[in-house]
Amino acid sequence: MVTKAKIETKNVNFYYGNKQALKNINVICAEHKVTALIGPSGCGKSTFIRTLNRMNDVIPSARVTGEILLDNENINQPRIDVVELRKKIGMVFQKPNPFPKSIFNNIAYGLRINGIKNKRNLEEIVENSLSEAALWNEVKDRLDDNAFSLSGGQQQRLCIARSLAIEPEVILFDEPCSAIDPVATAKIEDLIHKLKENYTVVIVTHNMQQAARISDYTAFMMLGELIEFDNTDKIFTNPSNKLTEDYITGRFG
Amino acid sequence: MKKKRFSNLKERAIKVFFFTNSVFATLALVGIFFLLLFTAIPAFKEINMGEFFTSTRWNPTSPVKEGYGILSMVVSTFMVTIGALVIAIPIGIGVAAYLSDVAHWRVREIVKPIVEILAGIPSVVIGFLGIVLFGPIIAKIFGTSNGLNAVNGSLLLAIMALPTIISISEDSLNAVPKTYSEASLGLGANRWQTLIRVKLPASLSGIIAAVMLGMGRAIGETMTVMMVTGNAPAFPKGFLSSIRTMTATIAIELGEVPYYTTHYYALFAVGFVLFIITFFVNMISDVILHKYQEREQ
Repeated sequence: MVTKAKIETKNVNFYYGNKQALKNINVICAEHKVTALIGPSGCGKSTFIRTLNRMNDVIPSARVTGEILLDNENINQPRIDVVELRKKIGMVFQKPNPFPKSIFNNIAYGLRINGIKNKRNLEEIVENSLSEAALWNEVKDRLDDNAFSLSGGQQQRLCIARSLAIEPEVILFDEPCSAIDPVATAKIEDLIHKLKENYTVVIVTHNMQQAARISDYTAFMMLGELIEFDNTDKIFTNPSNKLTEDYITGRFG
Repeated sequence: MKKKRFSNLKERAIKVFFFTNSVFATLALVGIFFLLLFTAIPAFKEINMGEFFTSTRWNPTSPVKEGYGILSMVVSTFMVTIGALVIAIPIGIGVAAYLSDVAHWRVREIVKPIVEILAGIPSVVIGFLGIVLFGPIIAKIFGTSNGLNAVNGSLLLAIMALPTIISISEDSLNAVPKTYSEASLGLGANRWQTLIRVKLPASLSGIIAAVMLGMGRAIGETMTVMMVTGNAPAFPKGFLSSIRTMTATIAIELGEVPYYTTHYYALFAVGFVLFIITFFVNMISDVILHKYQEREQ
C-alpha cells in the first residue's frame, strides 16, 4: 500500500516514568504523503508524534523502546545527533509559538543558528519560505513588525515558514489548527496539501474531517494503542475495526 | 438575621484592619521622606548648594574651614556599587541560567532555597568575612598594606546582591513559555543556542529588574562597607584606595554630632540624596518588572 517509507516505527513503546503511554506502535509514514493520526484525547497521538523528532528528550522521566527509523536508520541510537535530526524533521506546534522577535528574525533564527549570516541569503530564504507558507503577500511590507502583531492563523503560517526555511525532509504538525479559526484552518489545510509535493507530512488532528480531507493514510489510536492504520479512504469508508467505525461515526470521542 | 449582621460586621472589621495597615505603611514612607527633607533644608542656610554637590572636601569638624562637599562619598558609593555589579551580574546570570536550564531538578530544589537563605545572612557577618578572609587575600594579591578598600567592598556587596539577582533572574528564565524553547529546539538549535538567543532575550526585562534590585541593595548597604572599605573621606584614587560611602559617613558621624548644628543637618541632606537615589533605582526596577509581568499575561 505504501510507496517509499520515510519514517517507520517498529514496536514503539513509550513510558512517562512507570506509566506506559504508547504500546507497540507500528506505523509507516510514506514519503511525499500525508499521514494523519487521529483518536480521542489522551490516546497518545501527540506523544507519538513527539517521539519522531525526539522532542520528548526534554522530559526527564521519559523512556522509549522499539525502533523509529528515518530512512531506515534508527533515530534513537547514540550516534545520531539530535540537533541534526531536528533539522531534518521540522515541527509545527499546537498553539502558534512565534518568538518574541520580528517576522523576519523569526525565520532568520533557524538560518542563523545554522551559520547562514549573509544578509542577501537570509532575505532570499525568508522570502521563499514565507511564499511557500502562503504568507509573503500579507507580510512583505511589515517584516520588521513583531510576530505577535499577526493574527493567530498568520502566526501559525509563520511557524510553518520558519520550519520550511531550514529545509527539512519531514514536517510534523501537532494539531496545528486547534487554536485558530475555520478560515485560517482552510488556508493551512491547502498549504499542507501543497507541502506534500516536497516534504513528508505527519499530522496529529482532533478533527476527523480534517484528516479525511488532507491525508493519504490515517492511523487511529486509542489509549496508547494503534487500533487501525490504513489508507484514509479505507478508514473513513470501510474501517476494519469496530472501534474505528464507532469513533469516526461519532459514537464516542 | 442576627448572624448575618454579625458577619457583615466582621467583614467590615477586617477591611478596616487591612486598610489601617496599608495607611501606616504609606505614612511611614511619606513620613521618612519629609523628615529627611525638612531636616536637610536648614543645612543649606550655611552650605552653598553648589559646594555641597561638587566639592570633594568633607571635613565638617575642621577648626580652620569646615568642608561640606559630598562628591567623594557619592563617587565612593557608586564605585563600590558598580564594582559589585560587575562581579555579580555575570555570576548571577550564569548561576540563574545553570539552575533553570542545566541543573537536574533535584539540584535546583536544593540550591535555590540555599541561595535565597544567603540573602538573610546579617551584613555584619559578611563584613566580618571581608575583614578576616578577603582583606588579607586582597592585600597579598595587590601588594597593598591592607585589604580595606573599594575592591573588598565591591566583593562583599556582590555577595550580598547575588541572592536577589540569582533568584529573580531564575524566576524570569523559568517564566519564559516552554513553547519558545520547544520551537527553538524543534528548529535544530542546541540548548546553549536556545538559552542565549531565545530564553535570555525573552527574560531580559526580568533580569534587568533583578539587577536593579540587587543594585538597590548594594547602594543602601552600610555595615559591610563600613567594616571593609577603610573609611578614608578623601576622593578615591582608584579601586585599591580606601573609600567612604554615603551610608558609612552617616553611620559613623551621626552618633557623635551635636544636634541641630550645620553638620547634623548636612548628614540628613546626605541621607536625603541617598533616599532619592535608592528611590529611583527601585522605581525603575519596579516599572521594568511590571512591564514584564504584563507581557506574560
